[in-house]
Amino acid sequence: MEALTALVVGLLVAASVYLMLARNFMRFLFGLILLSNAANLVIFASGRMTKGAPALVPYGADTPAGVVGNALPQALVLTAIVIGFGLLAFTLALAFETYRRLRTMDTDKMRVAEPKDADEDMK
Amino acid sequence: MTSWLLVMPIAVPFATAVLAYLMRRAPSGRWISLTGSVLSLVASIALLIAVLNEGVIAAQMSNWDAPFGITLVADYLGVVMVVITAITGLATAVYALGEIPERIEHLGYHALFQTLIAGVTGAFLTGDLFNLYVWFEVMLISSFGLLVLGGTREQLDAGIKYVALNLVSTIIFLSGIGLLYGVTGTLNMADLREAVANAEDQTLITVIAMMFMVGFGVKAGVFPLFFWLPASYHTPTFAVSAVFAGLLTKVGVYAMMRMFTLVFVGDVGFTHEILIWVSLLTMLTGVLGAAAQTDFRKILSFHIISQIGYMTLGLALYTPLALMGGVFYLVHHIIVKANLFLVSGVANKLAGSTDLRRIGGLYKSSPFLAALFIVPAFSLAGFPPLSGFWAKYLIVKAAIELDAWFVAFIALFVGLLTIFSMTKIWGMAFWKPHPDGIDPVPERVPAKIRVPMMLPIIGLAIMTVVIGFFPEPFVQFAETAATQLLDPSDYVTTVLGAQR
Repeated sequence: MEALTALVVGLLVAASVYLMLARNFMRFLFGLILLSNAANLVIFASGRMTKGAPALVPYGADTPAGVVGNALPQALVLTAIVIGFGLLAFTLALAFETYRRLRTMDTDKMRVAEPKDADEDMK
Repeated sequence: MTSWLLVMPIAVPFATAVLAYLMRRAPSGRWISLTGSVLSLVASIALLIAVLNEGVIAAQMSNWDAPFGITLVADYLGVVMVVITAITGLATAVYALGEIPERIEHLGYHALFQTLIAGVTGAFLTGDLFNLYVWFEVMLISSFGLLVLGGTREQLDAGIKYVALNLVSTIIFLSGIGLLYGVTGTLNMADLREAVANAEDQTLITVIAMMFMVGFGVKAGVFPLFFWLPASYHTPTFAVSAVFAGLLTKVGVYAMMRMFTLVFVGDVGFTHEILIWVSLLTMLTGVLGAAAQTDFRKILSFHIISQIGYMTLGLALYTPLALMGGVFYLVHHIIVKANLFLVSGVANKLAGSTDLRRIGGLYKSSPFLAALFIVPAFSLAGFPPLSGFWAKYLIVKAAIELDAWFVAFIALFVGLLTIFSMTKIWGMAFWKPHPDGIDPVPERVPAKIRVPMMLPIIGLAIMTVVIGFFPEPFVQFAETAATQLLDPSDYVTTVLGAQR
């Protein structure tokens, strides 16, 4: 199971690097989403995967019976997903507003803050 | 009691943020923010006193014993960063009274600002790696908001680059955490020290260490990962850029110092050697980049990068003296850099621009401001007897003691080029007459705006001079901090309890 997850992570990272190399910011953003999910899978897999054994404590007991899945990575992934969701939502809103104001999604053309020729700025 | 001391510097700004958000449309909002900043400073000084009396202190949140729960811990380095954060926070909160227009206050400026301070403080105090990630995110999301608040085209453009590169670095950092947990099975930083040292596959550890170096490197703005910084720091309001310049990159440096003295010390010859070259290139590219700029804030932004190189150099050389210099540099730099950005804001108010070619005559119209610029500017360049001289002196001395003559030469050479940039600002903004022929008149700016903008500049300049003339206690403090970093046994036993 870990091997399969590792493969999926590899695929996701490869796809996201491909997307992030594009000049279109939307493509970059999609790449970022894939990359953040790859990171989540890395955390998930690093806690080792156990088949069909949820980390539930029986009523009245202090410890779960038998071998159960590692609950910590799940908590970590959950946190990372929530944070990632918030950040990506912000980035999407920022991308939209930037497109509205700058009329471009091409990152090469986004040179308002750093004009190519500073002297043009003077005119 | 200990846990209250550790929690307060984080809880106060958070509580202030909530109140300030609720009152964002009322005039009282800014006073709430200011009061919160004063209380934060009080809380962090209380923590400082406790650490000075008792040494390293730690508290387990919700009484979950380490290494299972989240630990807050303050050693010398951590606590001095918390105090300096509170000082910078207070200085910019006062400055914001004068600078930030109501329109931006209504959008929740003060709430975002206080959240940023809480995030930075949390990052300095946490003893848990995943918790550090969460603080980074708190810091990041509020800095995103602050950066684009106001919504000019420049800000949006800068925001895209800042957000994109910082998110990539965060994901690299997060993957590093995941992999490190997979190898060691723990996330507590004190516990990680032992677990990493005992790990079977040290090569894998080194690979993970490099992921952390890249992740923190982007945050710190080291070569070749700094491109988001000069693209964005000159666009937000001046109060915001002062906080960013003072604190944000330094969190990256702090995290690097913490992880590469506490956890990743298995292969110092490899990791820290890379860091030496990275530091030297950071110093050089930063200072050379600044030489080509003609905007007040862009020059300062590039100088942040070059100064970051000195701090990481302190870590990279990895001797007690070098680390001591690194810690001293960190503190000195936050005060000086935040102050320079504050000065640029006043210059903008008086002369109408930050483009050095468009302004001038500031010396004639406001000699007081000119004097206040001289202090941080020459401290940055390392003139005796200002604080920057001692910081550079310690680093260069550490390099010479290691017979690293090349390193020492570069450090001094970069200092020389820093003077060049500072004299450029001095000559163009202060000395030469205003190109439009009209001299800026300070009195034209109403006192309600002028006074709150000048007060923090005066305060921070006084601190620079005091550190410069009486470096003894500060150097001793940095020495203890460096000793604790190089031998973290106190840190580890305090966090994990006496059973080890």
